[in-house]
Amino acid sequence: MDIKELADGVIRGEKRSLARAITVVENNPGGTRELLGYIYPHTGGAYIIGVTGSPGVGKSTLVYSLARYYRSLGKKVGVLAVDPTSPFTGGAILGDRIRMSGGEIDQGLYIRSLASRGHLGGLSEAASDALALIDAAGYEIILLETVGTGQAEVEVMRFAHTVLVTLVPGLGDEIQAIKAGILEIGDVFVVNKADRDGVDKTVLEIEMMLDLAPLVSYRPRVIRTVASKDEGIEELVKEIERHKEHLIASDALNQKQMYMAEERVKDILIRRVSAYVLDRAGTDLDIAMQDIASRKKDPYTAAEEILKDWFEEA
Amino acid sequence: MTRTIKVLVTKIGLDSHDRGAKIIARAYRDAGMEVVYTGLRQTPEQVMQAALEEDVDVVAISILSGAHSILVPRVVKLLRDEGLDDVLVLVGGVIPEDDIPELKEAGVKEVFGTGSNTDEIIAFTRQNVRRV
Repeated sequence: MDIKELADGVIRGEKRSLARAITVVENNPGGTRELLGYIYPHTGGAYIIGVTGSPGVGKSTLVYSLARYYRSLGKKVGVLAVDPTSPFTGGAILGDRIRMSGGEIDQGLYIRSLASRGHLGGLSEAASDALALIDAAGYEIILLETVGTGQAEVEVMRFAHTVLVTLVPGLGDEIQAIKAGILEIGDVFVVNKADRDGVDKTVLEIEMMLDLAPLVSYRPRVIRTVASKDEGIEELVKEIERHKEHLIASDALNQKQMYMAEERVKDILIRRVSAYVLDRAGTDLDIAMQDIASRKKDPYTAAEEILKDWFEEA
Repeated sequence: MTRTIKVLVTKIGLDSHDRGAKIIARAYRDAGMEVVYTGLRQTPEQVMQAALEEDVDVVAISILSGAHSILVPRVVKLLRDEGLDDVLVLVGGVIPEDDIPELKEAGVKEVFGTGSNTDEIIAFTRQNVRRV
């Protein structure tokens, strides 16, 4: 496969090239480096909206409803939806599309499912590069849907400009328990399925939690939606817009871009260095493993000894 | 370039039973493949679009309604028209013996009727997938 040709197709906005290119960043590290080299100058035009929340809160339905709303405004919309990989078989069922297949064929909408492939944090290792490709292909809005998250999958904040934390009525006291972690990363809180009982209580609980947060320049709001009926979507988009304007006005957008860039390059460095270290440790690692398992050495000492040999060489 | 086989499992037409499709999706997953499941009542155009956007290696169509002779060749034609001619197309469901030759003629690689063994389907998929 010719990577340059593929990159040109992505930049021209061809769906098929984009689809193939995302497969490359999922599977082929060498091709990924070459591809990103070509397309990276064409990125930076997309506004990325992360959508996270527990399994079953309606993330996929919300994403599709938002996608159609942005399409009605004439924006080109990309969707990247991550689902978990089975830790036992390496297989995955990617079901987000079930909630996204209502309409007619729309050339301005691109939907792609990714498997997490053992990556922790709620996304997949390829997600960042896949976002860059969708961006380079000219999609103005990208909706990034995480796997169903618990309390700790906050990685989405590193890739999205605005993060929507999605909840449903009836969580009640559980909000107290999860107020750290994913509740701290929300720029907008969405209470979906807001036609259900208990919605007022849930909204109140989130509002109270937000009021207890340390004083910051931006106070997120809570928006009620019924995504399956497209209710509340206009208000939600207005609230996303309010957050975006805040980012721009306060220079936070620039800071956020720098933060994203820093995290990304650190990620790549760590991945490269750890692959190098593990590769080089080779047989030392096998020996250390035996010593640790048989309690002859503790793991810290064993690791220190492996590293020490290298530094003495140098 | 090693890659995981990616399969689109889909239901076309108006029948509303997807137990078979779900069993196949699960069997593919358990065989270590990545399965995009579209849900029920897809049009041939939607199937083509999903296959294109997801860049799948295999399109596995489940159909029980009896409309296979019309809908399945339409899916294959749309795939070919988009240049997705290296995608393996399989059909499962209630398909009379007499209809199988024309589906194969249209570009379906194999038809798995009721009572097919999932191990057999997975082995066939692995052997015939063209892109990995």
